[in-house]
Amino acid sequence: MTTDIERASECAACDETRRRFLSRLTMMLGSIVAAIVAIPCVGFLLGLRKVPRVWRTVGKLNDFQVGSTVNVAFLDSSPLPWAGVTARNAAWLRRISTTDFIAFSVNCTHLGCPVRWLPTANLFMCPCHGGVYYANGDVASGPPPRPLRRYPVRVQTDEVQILASPVPITTEKI
Amino acid sequence: MRFLKSIWSWFDDVTGVSSWLIPLAKHPVPHARKSAWFYVLGSATLFVFIVQIVTGIALASAYVPSAGQAYQSLTFISGTHFGSIIRGIHAFGASAMVILIGLHAIRVYLWGSYKYPRQMGWLTGVALLFLVLGMAFTGQLLRWDQTGVWSVVIAAEQAGRTPFIGHWLARFILAGDTVGGATLSRFFALHVFFIPALIFFFLGFHLYLVIRNGISEPPQVGRPVDPKTYRAWYSDLLHREGVPFWPDAAWRDAVFGLLVIGTVVVLAITVGPPALGRPPDPSIIQASPRPEWYFLWYYALLSVIPRWSETYVIILGPLLLAVVLVLLPLVAPKGERSPFKRPWAFGIVAFIVWMIAYFGTLGRLAPWSPRLNAPPLPASVVGATSGSVADGAKVFHDKGCEFCHKISGYGGIRGPDLTYAGDRMTPAQMETRIYSGATNMPSYNGNITPQQLSDLLAFLASRRRRPAPPTSANAAAK
Repeated sequence: MTTDIERASECAACDETRRRFLSRLTMMLGSIVAAIVAIPCVGFLLGLRKVPRVWRTVGKLNDFQVGSTVNVAFLDSSPLPWAGVTARNAAWLRRISTTDFIAFSVNCTHLGCPVRWLPTANLFMCPCHGGVYYANGDVASGPPPRPLRRYPVRVQTDEVQILASPVPITTEKI
Repeated sequence: MRFLKSIWSWFDDVTGVSSWLIPLAKHPVPHARKSAWFYVLGSATLFVFIVQIVTGIALASAYVPSAGQAYQSLTFISGTHFGSIIRGIHAFGASAMVILIGLHAIRVYLWGSYKYPRQMGWLTGVALLFLVLGMAFTGQLLRWDQTGVWSVVIAAEQAGRTPFIGHWLARFILAGDTVGGATLSRFFALHVFFIPALIFFFLGFHLYLVIRNGISEPPQVGRPVDPKTYRAWYSDLLHREGVPFWPDAAWRDAVFGLLVIGTVVVLAITVGPPALGRPPDPSIIQASPRPEWYFLWYYALLSVIPRWSETYVIILGPLLLAVVLVLLPLVAPKGERSPFKRPWAFGIVAFIVWMIAYFGTLGRLAPWSPRLNAPPLPASVVGATSGSVADGAKVFHDKGCEFCHKISGYGGIRGPDLTYAGDRMTPAQMETRIYSGATNMPSYNGNITPQQLSDLLAFLASRRRRPAPPTSANAAAK
């Protein structure tokens, strides 16, 4: 009996050390498990899909009259099979000569709303906060901080093609 | 009956349910007397949340969270009788949650109930407030019509203003370079799994704290909170005049909860769910996205603030709100609770309510938005069917003037009303303005022919309340 009690009191200190070790070990193992699960999940969530930029045909050369600005729709660079109509994208396309085109993004540089071309007024207007752009895309009035973004356009044989590009995001200049 | 009783006593024996449930239900609460009805707001928020879970699960059983098909599945749901009602309940329930959690927060703030020992109750409540707003935003988006798609773009553009990580954040919200297949799934997961999980966590914590610290007693002038003595005083108060929560207080929660949910259901049946807009096709540019009423004030605020401050307001505004709400119970944990001793509390609440109401109304009106669908002015307004005045009226419409300037009730309200422009300005002044433009008006220099300009000026000069003043020739003739 006495030996037991002695042993217990002798080991009080080592018990404490042992328990401290065990609790640290448990917490560490838990953290490792959490990290093993979290890393792929967070990585998957935060990872952005890299897509190549591709040229999309928006019509035949003869479909466009010199001087007129029209709305064209095209598929984005890499539509997912279930994207449906959300993969569609639009631009304002103007033929400025027999061979040259300008394509404006439809997104207002203020907050991204779709701007509309008013052919008789020669202006782009945004329905959200009333941003107005001149025919060349420069800001005419209202809140937009920047001119309308342009997309690259090219003519391949007799097809007019726009480079499907990301939604332009107006970031702060730092 | 005896059989059921024996089943219950067996169940209670092996689970011990009644030993904690009954004391929990009958825990004493302060006898609130005249103020008792102020305590129903939190529980009503909880009841509506439960309604949202139930209707949300019902909707999720038919909703297809696929960017290409969500719209069709919602059209299908809306086409069925009960589906339409459930959508209505879920939508009005969302509004009810925003209103109730707001009122609940106002009540707690005005009563100083966030003071010791209930600071964590306030902080978990703040988290719940932001989570509910997050649910409201993502929920509106899941409608996945045209407005839903443009809401994502606008959210991404706002996030894009963040310094350093703006571009990345915007791409993260869009789930790629453009709106597409991955976008909706992300918001569906947020709305249905992630945010609700956080709500359950904070709600559980919030309710636990209500039980642990007790519900706050109605404040009284001259009875400040002293953290050293409060707990003993509160426990003594409960001993003296506490009443059991069940049923003395619970019946009011039931009455008010029934009233709220009844209203939501009646609105869902009579008014119906929010109509679906055009399909979520980003190439349809005929879109005028507007947020739901609970964010309309913010939309309006962003439209009227000075332009240089925009990025600061977009980024720092919500951040500052969160910081203020978090700091409140930490910097003011004791002292007077009564709002009559904290008159600025009334002032702050009045300001917030005014701001939401005023800017909400302004957002509904959206005076800054050009009225792109304004019809050409009718001949009755123009007062001529041919000649320069009639031609000028056509120029007024064609050049987009009418989208921002109202004449005799037609047109936009961004710029000044020009119904009586001829009384106020000379043709020379008008010409200067048309050529030079202004902050909110494009310059028409190079964008208007001399003929168009002279017609336009003739038309504008004819906009008068009084007949044209007699010219010297006329006067001489008389």
